[in-house]
Amino acid sequence: MAQAVVFWVCAIGAVAAGLAVFRVDSMARATFALLASFVLAAVPLLLLGLSYLGILVILMMIMEMVVMAVFMIMYMMNPAGLMPMSMVHNKKGSLAISTGTFVVLAVGVLLVDWPQRQGVPPPDVTFALGEALMGSHMLVMLVIGLGLFATIVSAVVLSHPRGRYDRFGDDLRRRPPDDPIPGSVDARSLTRIFGVGR
Amino acid sequence: MNAVSQGPTWTVLLVPVLLGVLALCGAAFARVLDARADGRGISGGVLAAPLAESGRLLLQQRRAVVASDRLLARTGVVLVPVAAVLAALVVPLGDRTASDLSIGIVWFNAMEVVTWAALWMAGWGSNSVWGLLGGYRFVVQGLSYELPHMFALITVATGAGSLRVSDAVAAQESLWFVVWMPVAFVAFLLSALALSFSGPFDTATGRDIVGGVLAEYSGVDRLLLVAGRWLMLSAAAAMSVPLFLGGSGGPLLPGWLWTLVKAVAVLGLLVWVRSRTATLRMDRFAEFGWLVLIPLTLLQALVVAVVVVGMTGGM
Amino acid sequence: MTLQTFLLLACALLAIGLYGALSQQSIVMIMMGLELMVNAVIVAGAAFWYYVSPARPDGQVVVLVAVTLMAVEMAMGFAVQTAIFRSSEVDMTDMATELKD
Repeated sequence: MAQAVVFWVCAIGAVAAGLAVFRVDSMARATFALLASFVLAAVPLLLLGLSYLGILVILMMIMEMVVMAVFMIMYMMNPAGLMPMSMVHNKKGSLAISTGTFVVLAVGVLLVDWPQRQGVPPPDVTFALGEALMGSHMLVMLVIGLGLFATIVSAVVLSHPRGRYDRFGDDLRRRPPDDPIPGSVDARSLTRIFGVGR
Repeated sequence: MNAVSQGPTWTVLLVPVLLGVLALCGAAFARVLDARADGRGISGGVLAAPLAESGRLLLQQRRAVVASDRLLARTGVVLVPVAAVLAALVVPLGDRTASDLSIGIVWFNAMEVVTWAALWMAGWGSNSVWGLLGGYRFVVQGLSYELPHMFALITVATGAGSLRVSDAVAAQESLWFVVWMPVAFVAFLLSALALSFSGPFDTATGRDIVGGVLAEYSGVDRLLLVAGRWLMLSAAAAMSVPLFLGGSGGPLLPGWLWTLVKAVAVLGLLVWVRSRTATLRMDRFAEFGWLVLIPLTLLQALVVAVVVVGMTGGM
Repeated sequence: MTLQTFLLLACALLAIGLYGALSQQSIVMIMMGLELMVNAVIVAGAAFWYYVSPARPDGQVVVLVAVTLMAVEMAMGFAVQTAIFRSSEVDMTDMATELKD
């Protein structure tokens, strides 16, 4: 009973916060409304016994949304929403398409004869997940790892305007490197120790 | 040493009280160090200064800048101390813990990350350039300390073979983790200072930006932020006990007293470092974190993983 | 709480995300819509795991993949946005029209 109450409060809260994302004028508020939606949608995961994945979603979403807030403020014309302006196109069409999608999916959810539940959750679901990722689902883990690595590389390549020739000079010999924001670590000693920057 | 078990429900109420006392002790010790550095005598007034300051802030009127984002500001300000208390829920005292979650270590990490959002919201919401600068500075700092912090926690979880804090305590019965995970311990202590934006990592509230996140806050709001910072530091110090220092293990004294003694010792060390070091610019810390701390903590995790695999005989 | 209620929650989140992704002009806001849609996948995956085959870990793996997808989507989205902004000072999809005839 208590679980059902928590579920419904969180479900309605998640949907309301999700709607608020596209309704509020302030970009900071929109970002944190999205965060609220994610956190509230993660609570049902905890109710299902997925404690690790639920907390992981919360942990990741907080970090992601704070970074997102920084980008929002950086790129939006009107970040604080002090002068409300419309930043939408084809509102009616989008509304119709999304409402239609919801109706079709909801009808499907209610009409489909879902399979019966088979088996019970293992005593330690987190352990089962880890074992699956390191055993039967190793391929998934490999793809995730490679995908994240490729993402890191390509995101830096896309977004970083300066390459190593800008930093180390045409013959790559300039030490310390010419950086707009100098760091603390002496590049020369790092080069000696780790071979970084060669 | 007895195994850690789930305490009765009312122990949850004990957590904020104990954490508050620990935070007050830490703040008082910081005042003592400041008084000594200034060449003043140590009197009762110095010791009671944090309490007196809290009382003064409680009575002080709150003010707010025109067009400040009240909703985000209030949420952020309240979240800082709340996150600290929630993070401390999984810390066992002696052989009892308020909530022995199966993923306690991840829980601590998630609650501590709440500070990111909270400080940024508080900085943004105050509608002041200093507050916003402070919020941004904390995010930069967060990106630098968070990964070493996570790798330190992962190292402990690897050594314990579990994400449950009580299992981590049980795994240290013969040998404390600090002995064979010294790098992770140091990284954890550094991140404890950084995540409570104090000591060398206090750029978010730096004097050069007239108090940063704290600039526009007064009265209860300011009290919550400052108290939240001390609660967070205390929570991290208390958490280092079950993670690295063998929990309640120790001769003669009862377990709960050992936990307290160790927590106070770690907190004292952190406060001492906080008082004796100059502020570290966040861009310098960013490079140090990514080029030195992350490789070192990764190596530490690798060493621990190899030892664990070796001791358990392969699979 | 049944499988249907969880799936309805997922449908609602997906529809809201779809509306955002279709109607918003700003790239960052579009990404918010996409994130909401991935979040629907997380809820649905967890619900299928618990209510259909809890003994097998596949549902949990789906959730983990969705979480990773979110991180990848966000990193690439911001990188592309930064690249576009740097080259042509725009932050809206309607103005990023290099490929248009």
